[in-house]
Amino acid sequence: MISMLNDFLYLMKAELMITTIIFIILFLKLSNRAWKTDGFLNFINVLLVINLAAGFFNIPTGHLFGDMFRTNELLTLEKNFLNLGTLIISLQSYHWLRNHKHVAEFYILLLSTLLGMFFMISSSNLLMFYLGLELSTIPLAALCNFDLDKRRSSEAAFKMIMSSAFSSGLLLFGISLLYGSTGTLDFSELSAGLNGNPLQIFSIILLIAGFGFKISAVPFHLWTADVYEGSPVAVTSYLSVISKGAVLFVILSVFYNVFKPIANSWYNMIFLISVATMLIGNLFALRQQNMKRFLAFSSIAQVGFILVGLTAQSVEGGSSVIYFILIYIFSNLGAFGIVSIVSAITGKENMDDYKGFYKTNPVLTWALAISLFSLAGVPPMAGFFGKFFLLFAGAGKGNYLLIVIAALNMVVSLYYYLKVIKAMFMDANDNPIEKIHSNWQPKIAMAICVGGILITGIASGAYNYIYSLLK
Amino acid sequence: MLFESNYAWYAPLNINYHVGVDGISIAMVLLTAFVVIAGVLVSWNVATLNKEFFFLLLFLSAGAYGFFISLDLFTLFFFLEVAVIPKFLLIGIWGSGKKEYSAMKLALMLMSGSALVFVGLLGLYFNTNTGNGQHTFDILRIAQMNIPLSVQKFFFPFAFVGFGIFGALFPFHTWVPDGHSSAPTAASMFLAGISMKLGGYGCLRVATFLMPAAAHQYSWIIIVLASIAILYGAFATMMQTDLKYINAYSSVSHCGFVLLGIGMLTKTAITGAVMQMVSHGLMTALFFAGIGMIYDRTHTRQLAQLGGLLKVMPFIATVFVIAGLCSLGLPGLSGFVAEVTVFMGSWQNADNFYRIATIVACASIVVTAVYILRAVGKAIMGPLPITADGSPLLWRVVDAKWNERWAAGLLIIGIVIIGVAPFWLNDLISPGTETLMKNIGKVVMLK
Repeated sequence: MISMLNDFLYLMKAELMITTIIFIILFLKLSNRAWKTDGFLNFINVLLVINLAAGFFNIPTGHLFGDMFRTNELLTLEKNFLNLGTLIISLQSYHWLRNHKHVAEFYILLLSTLLGMFFMISSSNLLMFYLGLELSTIPLAALCNFDLDKRRSSEAAFKMIMSSAFSSGLLLFGISLLYGSTGTLDFSELSAGLNGNPLQIFSIILLIAGFGFKISAVPFHLWTADVYEGSPVAVTSYLSVISKGAVLFVILSVFYNVFKPIANSWYNMIFLISVATMLIGNLFALRQQNMKRFLAFSSIAQVGFILVGLTAQSVEGGSSVIYFILIYIFSNLGAFGIVSIVSAITGKENMDDYKGFYKTNPVLTWALAISLFSLAGVPPMAGFFGKFFLLFAGAGKGNYLLIVIAALNMVVSLYYYLKVIKAMFMDANDNPIEKIHSNWQPKIAMAICVGGILITGIASGAYNYIYSLLK
Repeated sequence: MLFESNYAWYAPLNINYHVGVDGISIAMVLLTAFVVIAGVLVSWNVATLNKEFFFLLLFLSAGAYGFFISLDLFTLFFFLEVAVIPKFLLIGIWGSGKKEYSAMKLALMLMSGSALVFVGLLGLYFNTNTGNGQHTFDILRIAQMNIPLSVQKFFFPFAFVGFGIFGALFPFHTWVPDGHSSAPTAASMFLAGISMKLGGYGCLRVATFLMPAAAHQYSWIIIVLASIAILYGAFATMMQTDLKYINAYSSVSHCGFVLLGIGMLTKTAITGAVMQMVSHGLMTALFFAGIGMIYDRTHTRQLAQLGGLLKVMPFIATVFVIAGLCSLGLPGLSGFVAEVTVFMGSWQNADNFYRIATIVACASIVVTAVYILRAVGKAIMGPLPITADGSPLLWRVVDAKWNERWAAGLLIIGIVIIGVAPFWLNDLISPGTETLMKNIGKVVMLK
């Protein structure tokens, strides 16, 4: 009995940490005392730092609840990535949260979705996976509505909840068909029961559609732009980085382990979705003027590149996807962070407003430029290495058509990233964004992102570590 | 290979940071050093954002140095891409004319080139075998292997066209005129002097060296395209009125000789190609430096508005004349040596097709003489332009300052040394070309 409790405490360390933080925040809120917002935010950020640091020690391996929940070094690493991203977002949204009335609720909802993602990543049973997914989705819809006096925010939340409900429906239908055909929901038994009969193929199509909604792969991307534009920037960056990253982690483990026996069937589906996602994401991103919408579409295109790595069906493929998500956390959050600071302080979100940005804010401009170069895959930023390994892994499968398409799409994507660079460095503007004075919290977040971008690629440690875990 | 060092970078994928030099690389490294120092000297007085300017210029040269010494395809590709984006910023921020358009065009075309190179490199990697099912990016090890002909035939075009875009392969040369003419002086020098050589060097070291069988198969296409570039570039230059455009189009023509030499696949021709890379790098950098100095003083680059510069700025005008004479291949200067070597090497192929291509390329020299002498005659000789009230314009300009004299002097020394004592350069690069030829000759034996 004692040992079971010990197991429980030890194996679910990451989840229990998050739960504890949620309860601490809840009690502080309920204590009916007027906390100063600044101190309150700093306190929460300290908790998040502790939470992140704790993830790197005493890494547990094992399973619980009749093999419904499992954890190991790789899954813990993935959770650490998500913890890191959440911390960065929390630091970046300092300016926005300071003037918000419901800080405690924001963090409770945010951490609840994080908790859901942890369960989703650790699940080894479709039921557990579905529970985790719902726990991560429903609070997110509420978060989309967190600009309480903006109508667009409510619209975003409504679109979010509708599309999530629909995709959850698809997923559930797929899961139930799978259950009907194999008689089990457990991952390892499921894998043994797969033989590629039409019913199973159909259920996998439904699962891919459901997943596609969550990672906004084309043709399931239509909700993305409106939700991203309407939501507060903090939530947008959370949606586009953390939420997508978590689902991609799950896709990786489900497709590489559970659906391995029918790898040839899903290869073509992912191939087509990947090509469509890169193309459509790029073409729409070309025309965007609003920075948030622009980043939203560019993040759709990024998912297309990630799917190229997923098609590899090899250790290289898996490690390149996980590695890229780490880099993607740094790069995309770096870009979102600066858009977030500018939007919170000046209210400007258009690309034209960024003209002449370099004259007034050189440091912010370089940080944004480095993030965008990393997203575009320009060395020596980490994004270059990330993209290289994704395409490298894809090429290992021998499908060079996909690699040529992806490589040319990288050129297209470079065009729109350079458009922003051009606006900031080269275009003249009589009325540029004035000098921005931000607090130290967003500056730290920026430093983490830029440092991560500059180091993660050149120093090969992260990739080699991930590779060794997957092998 | 000298000064080799080899460190594991991404060990699970056999990706190493592997650098080292042979004669060809040393020649290119020396060229880069000369051009970069000269470039820094002529941009001594950059007024706006000077820290950023030199940061980007040095970053660019780091990319070029790294590229020339790489012995691992991953390292090579890394440095190739490092050397693209700083150009975009250099042209876009400090450039002139339609700089945003040119900067974007250059960045996108070069990135397309590197995307093609990327596919070629991946194709090579996955068709290597180091004995235990492992693959390698190591250039020296790939050179020892026999890559199947079908694989070579499929991936050679990717690598060659990709690098060819950097090296102004017809019809992918269109970034050259716009990019060069919009760039600030130092960036123009770098672009024409070094950046285009990245392409030539890549075609040689990666495409031809590692896929020699395919190079034999496709050599006629390379030769046709290179001959077109040589002639077309020369004729296009005749129509230009802007000094920078003149030099940019003539660069297309001159870089055609590099590709022609590579396509001919004889030892002499390849030696000539390398010499032409060095020679053209120095000569074109000198040309752009001269044009930059003229533009700083006269604020125009239009031939029609210039004249009699020898009277008011003798040093700069002399620099311009020397660069022009080198460009048209005057004996005693480097251009002559390099071009003659390419022609001799080309003629060694005893086949009418190759000989016709050689004759066509030779014919372009006449055209070169026409445009160079016309530009020199109009801008340097003749009367000074007259203003509306009858007084001669430009009589108050000062001649070159110390930094400009040093910059020009350095490049001229290089040009003259190669022109007078070409055996030094030849001795330097010939061990490198011998290694290349061993691989290329292997295929001839198989035939």
